[in-house]
Parts: sequence; C-alpha cells; structure tokens
Amino acid sequence: MSEKHVDEISGVETTGHEWDGIRELNNPLPRWWLWTFYACIVWALGYTVLYPAWPMLTEATPGILGYSSRAEYAADSTSAKIAQGDILAKISQSSLQEIVADPQMNQFAIAGGASAFKVNCSNCHGSGAEGSIGYPNLNDNDWLWGGDLDTIQQTIAHGIRDAVDPDTRIADMPAFGEMLQPDEIRQVAAYVVSLTGTPRDAAMVEPGKQIFLDNCSSCHGEDAKGNRELGAPNLADAIWLKVNGEAEIAEQVRAPKHGVMPAWQARLSGETVKQLTVYIHSLGGGE
Amino acid sequence: MNLYTADNLQPAGGARRSGNGAGGGAGSVPPSEPLYEKRQKIFPKSVKGRFRRFKWLFMVLALAIYYLTPWIRWDRGPHAPDQAVLIDLSARRFYFFFIEIWPQEFFFVAGLLLMAGLGLFLLTSAVGRAWCGYACPQTVWVDLFLAVERFIDGDRNAQIKLNASPWTFAKLSKRVSKHATWLLIAVLTGGAWIFYFADAPGLAFDFVTGQAAMVAYWTVAILTATTYILGGLMREQVCIYMCPWPRIQGAMLDEHSLVVTYNDWRGEPRSRHAKKAAAAAQPVGDCVDCDACVAVCPMGIDIRDGQQMACITCALCIDACDNVMDKLGKPRGLIAYATLDEYDSNMAVATNGGRTVIEPARVRNADGSFVDRIREFRWQVIFRPRTLVYFGIWSLIGLGLVYALLARDRLQLNVVHDRNPQFVLESDGSIRNGYTVRLLNMVPEPRTIMLSLDGLPQATMRVVGVTDVPGQIVAIPAEPDKAMALRVFVTLPPSRDAKQQQVPELRFVAEDRSSHESDTYKATFNLPGGKK
Repeated sequence: MSEKHVDEISGVETTGHEWDGIRELNNPLPRWWLWTFYACIVWALGYTVLYPAWPMLTEATPGILGYSSRAEYAADSTSAKIAQGDILAKISQSSLQEIVADPQMNQFAIAGGASAFKVNCSNCHGSGAEGSIGYPNLNDNDWLWGGDLDTIQQTIAHGIRDAVDPDTRIADMPAFGEMLQPDEIRQVAAYVVSLTGTPRDAAMVEPGKQIFLDNCSSCHGEDAKGNRELGAPNLADAIWLKVNGEAEIAEQVRAPKHGVMPAWQARLSGETVKQLTVYIHSLGGGE
Repeated sequence: MNLYTADNLQPAGGARRSGNGAGGGAGSVPPSEPLYEKRQKIFPKSVKGRFRRFKWLFMVLALAIYYLTPWIRWDRGPHAPDQAVLIDLSARRFYFFFIEIWPQEFFFVAGLLLMAGLGLFLLTSAVGRAWCGYACPQTVWVDLFLAVERFIDGDRNAQIKLNASPWTFAKLSKRVSKHATWLLIAVLTGGAWIFYFADAPGLAFDFVTGQAAMVAYWTVAILTATTYILGGLMREQVCIYMCPWPRIQGAMLDEHSLVVTYNDWRGEPRSRHAKKAAAAAQPVGDCVDCDACVAVCPMGIDIRDGQQMACITCALCIDACDNVMDKLGKPRGLIAYATLDEYDSNMAVATNGGRTVIEPARVRNADGSFVDRIREFRWQVIFRPRTLVYFGIWSLIGLGLVYALLARDRLQLNVVHDRNPQFVLESDGSIRNGYTVRLLNMVPEPRTIMLSLDGLPQATMRVVGVTDVPGQIVAIPAEPDKAMALRVFVTLPPSRDAKQQQVPELRFVAEDRSSHESDTYKATFNLPGGKK
C-alpha cells in the first residue's frame, strides 16, 4: 500500500485500508488531542518512577517517593488517634458516673462504644444488642449480673466463665438429671412455667413447687426471682434467655447449657471497655 | 418572522462588526476565511439624554443596593444575627429581613430563581433586552469603569489620541491611575460580596487586620480579578462571546417586543450633505450620517445595520440621535424603541409595499409631518397574550411562595423508629420501642415544647437526658433556632387481652402551648408477632 490514495469527495488521503469499497479517511488527530496524549505519556512515565507501579516477583517496584497506601492509612489512623487523644485521656481518668454526667464525654463514649460493639460484640449479641437464644438481649431491663454502670463494666472486663481470667463471673447450675427423677423434673418445669402467669395443672405444680424449694431456691430464691450475686436468672419474669417453653425448661434443668463470654480487658483498652459500658447502659435497660 | 434573518445579521452596508460572532454554520463559510475576528478598540463617547439619565439613576441604585445591603441591621433578638440579609453558611441559615430560611426550605430560593428566570422572559418579550441594557452587572460595572476612564483620559477623541500616542510619562501616569482606580473598584466589589456571608462590621475588621478566614481573602481575590478583567478589560467581548443570554433572545423576542430600532423608513437615503442634495432635488432622509449613534455605542456597533446580537439595547444611540434631531429641528425618534411590527408596517409605507426603494416622500406630508399611515408605538402592545401568560405564571409562583411563607411551620417534628431492635421485651412483660425524635425549633427564641403521645393511651414515654420518669407528656426545653435529636423510649404495659394482632399506630405530637403551634408525626409501635 505504498500508493497514495486520496478520497475524491473530501480531498483527504485515505489509510489505504479498504472493506467492500469503503475506505478509511486518514484525518490527523486534532492537535489538542495529540498533545493531551503526549502529556499523558509523560505523566505515566513520571508516575511509574515516583510511585509503586511495575509488578515484580514478590512485590511491585516501590517508587522513589516510597509511597504506600498502607503507610498512608497508618498515618491517617494515627492522626485520628491523636485527635481523639484528649477526650480518650479524659475518659480514661474519669469514673463511669463522671463520664455519663458530662454531655461531651457521654456522647463520645456512646458513639465510640457503639462502634466497638459492632466490631467485638455483635457476633453474639447482634448488631442492635438484641441478643438471641442463649445470648442475652442488652436492651431490656433483665440483668443476670446487674445493670448498673460498674457491674456492666465488671462483666465486660472479666467476662463470664472465661478460661483464664481469675475474676471472671461463674455461675454453675448443676445437672439435675443426676439428682432428680424425670417426673420430678417435669413437675418443677411446670411450676416454673406457672410463675409467669400461665395456668398449669395443680397436680403438677404443687409437687413441683416443693421440689423447687428443696433444690433450686438456694440460688434462684424462694420467689424464683433470681440472685444477681450468683448470676442466677429471674425465673418469674417474661424474659427467657436460653429456653422457649416447658419442655426446654425441663431439658435445661436436666442438663444445663452454659454460655461463655470472653474477658475483654485482655483484648480491649480500658477506655474502650468504659465506652462499651456507657453505650450498653444507654440502650434503655441501664440501671 | 425572525429578527435574526441573514439580512439583519449581515447588512450590505459595510458593518463595522458582523454581529453574529463566531456563530454561523461552518458549512457556509469558505475554508479560507478565518473564523477569528480581531478585536476593535471601542472608545464610547459620552452622551446626555433621558436614557442616559435613567441609566445613571439605575446604576447608582443597583450599586447602592449591592454595596449597602449587608450593612443594614435588623433586630432578631439575642439568639440570631442582626444582619438584615445574611447567608450564614456555617450555621446553614439564610436571613432576609423578617424571613429566616432553613436548608430544607431551599425551595423558596429555587422559587425565586424560577421567578427571576420567568421575569427575564416577561421583561424581554415586553421591552426587549432591558436586562442587558440597564440591569446586568456586566453593563452596570462597565458603565462605571467607562465613567472612570472618561474622568481620567477625557472623552472619546482624547482617548483615541491617547491610545495612538507614544508612551510618555503623561500617558503612563494616566494608564496607571486608570487601572489603579479600576482595581480599587474591583477590590471593593469583591469585598462587598463577602459581607453577605458573615457579620459585615466584624468581618470588615477581621479582614483589614488579617484575621479573616482564608476563604474570604480568596473570594475577594477571585472577584477582584473577575471584576477587573470582565468589566475593565473584556467589556463588550463578554456580551458578544461569553454570555449565552443574547443567543437565547431570539426565542424570547417577537414582532411586538420593543427593540432599539433605526427607522430607516424615515432616515434613508442618508446624506452628509442633505441641503445640497435637497437643492439638487434628490430624495433625502432624516439621517445626516453624523455617526453620533456609532460614537456613543459601548458595544462598538452601528445600529443602522439593523437589530443585531451585539446590541444590548442600552438606548444611548437614541439619546445621541435625538440630540442631533433636536439641533436639526427634526422630530425625535429616528432611532427609537420600536416593535418590528410597526417598523415593518412603516417600511411598507416608505417602499410602497416593498415595490420601490425607500422614498422619503411617501412617509411625509408636504409640511414635513408624517403621513397618517405611519404607526407609533402604543403601550397597549405590551399587554398581549404572551406577556400575560408569562406574567400569570410568574405571579402564580409568587403567590405560591407567599402562601408557603405564611403557612409554613416554625415547629417541626420528625420521628425515626429504631431499626434494630424493633421492640424490646421488658422483664415485666411490657414492650418497649425506641425512637429518635428530631424536634426543630425554627424561631430564634428558646421555647418549651410539650411532647406527647396520641393513639396508645396506656403507653408512657421516657426522654433520655430530659426526664427519667415515664410520663405521657414531657416538657422539652428547646434551644433557640436549633434542631435537637432526642432518644425516646415508649413502653406499653402488658396487655390482658389476647396478643395484639395489629401494629398499633401512634402519633408523636409536639406543641408550643404559648403560640399554639403544633406538629404531629405518625409512627408505628412494633410488637412481638404483630402484623401490619
């Protein structure tokens, strides 16, 4: 295609390519477009020298500026920490009561606590702290160990049935399947159900009550309202943590399931635990 | 019917400026002709007359409004700024005398912009490009800059001479003082702008002492540059090449719109030697070809070439021509505001319906007065369906805005139900729902707002941070001119009835008992197993 071909109508040279008699005009690129293109090439060369660009065997060329997005993230998060430093120091030096009384600290702690909760706690307790069977709802006013600020902080810091923490909370309901007959277990379950206003057969409830007083009341109390010193739940209220219905109550009496919560002071800073405490206390059930 | 016919745009008689700028189809332009037109320097001559007086008056008024408005004070009490017109971006409030606008009420501003746009349509279809000629900031500031130029350099002839003269000390000092004055005006123009966005006296002090925010200095710098460049250096180029409005005019103007018109039906044939020509029994029109209209034009055009895009209808050529007509003892109005309709009609008289060239004898009686068939502008033409429709829509929007302003709430309530959990079962069997209640106290005074529940008679509520005692009505101390977000827990005691199957509706009611303002927000109360 060394021969020049000029289109008759437009007077423009063609590229020499032809498809079914259709030829391509060889109009030059607009000057501004060409210069933009050259500028992009220059830019790209400079960029690949200055910034990480060419993939090598293990990692990319580092670029002479030494930039990395990871380092930038670290710098950003450090500066964010510095920006929060003052108020975090204040939180760390204040008591929980002082934090709640101070609007600025309270607001910061609730926001920070909510954030920490989503990361650390929501796996078990749910993103709205609504809980599920076996995992307590932290919004309500039914507390196994107590719902005031200091108690909540203690629970978060040391956990429940934590394997390592010596101060962890331990409630150990024995498996009554080895001590009571199956009939007796059914009777005591019927009695427990009757406490929440569900009418039950008196022939089951009466012996069940006696069995309860003999075996259960030392922890759960004679009125079955529980004992927060021992972490024994209130059985006379509307809220059931682990069971749903009479058959499951009987099963829980026979072979109790025990939940475990880690001691968070081993993983989180003191300020974070305080913020979590304030957040959970603010959910509506705090005492 | 189109004012911008090819004939009008490119008249045969040697236009100083072609008037269609860089427009026009590329197909019709031979490739050899450059599309670039070199700028011709314009030295507009000063002129006296009624339109010039009106323009001075309007200029003083417009500049006074612009420069002085931020300094007007308006007492709104201790909880709001006392500046009459203030766009408080950081607090997100717009104050205009007795009106305060919150961001969600921005539709007022949108409505005003609509009215401004329609008003421009209305004005243009009625009286042509009055906006361009009198009110446009570009026109006003160029007029001001031209006045400065004349004060320093002298009038047209002196300016031309100075421009052509070599660089002497006198020329240099004149140029320096002219540009310095322009820059001073530009700085003041930019300076006035920032006062709309902050307390003017305070900002003025901070600005002068170097304590104002950086954005204030940047704004002044940018507006100084634009004022100096657009008003001092670019002038008519802005109107001809940058502004889209002249190009939209074609759709706005019709044959009944007033435009500045050279009445060639009485002006032609023009002659510089009218008496000699008359003595030689040649036909002579009223135009003595003195070029007064051209000399005064700030756009550098010749109105006798016909209506053209570059004409901003400032009407200074009317003043110039009227002065000449007065001296010659001829009736005014050779150049006048006229509609195309009457122009065409008069032209038909002068040319016998287009069958001849313009013959002055056809439009005049023997005593020199115009024949009866010559039409003059009747003001009734302004009130025609087109302008009435524009006016109707314009007024409807205006009335709608006034109604919205009078009827708007200054107390507003928004309620968002907690997403998760939807409800909480309490240990006594009662059900609790959580809400975020946003209470907007939109007046600059503290108020006590009574928040109550409607629709769930047994329910009680607790407002975090306000009261720990559950109640059915809670008094909220609302801060002045603020939106507050409240955490509200509503608790419904256990029901003796069978499980409720319906999600009960409840309404939050906020009420200011002293002003009887209230607002209601419908919310839901979720129950375990409840169905919608």
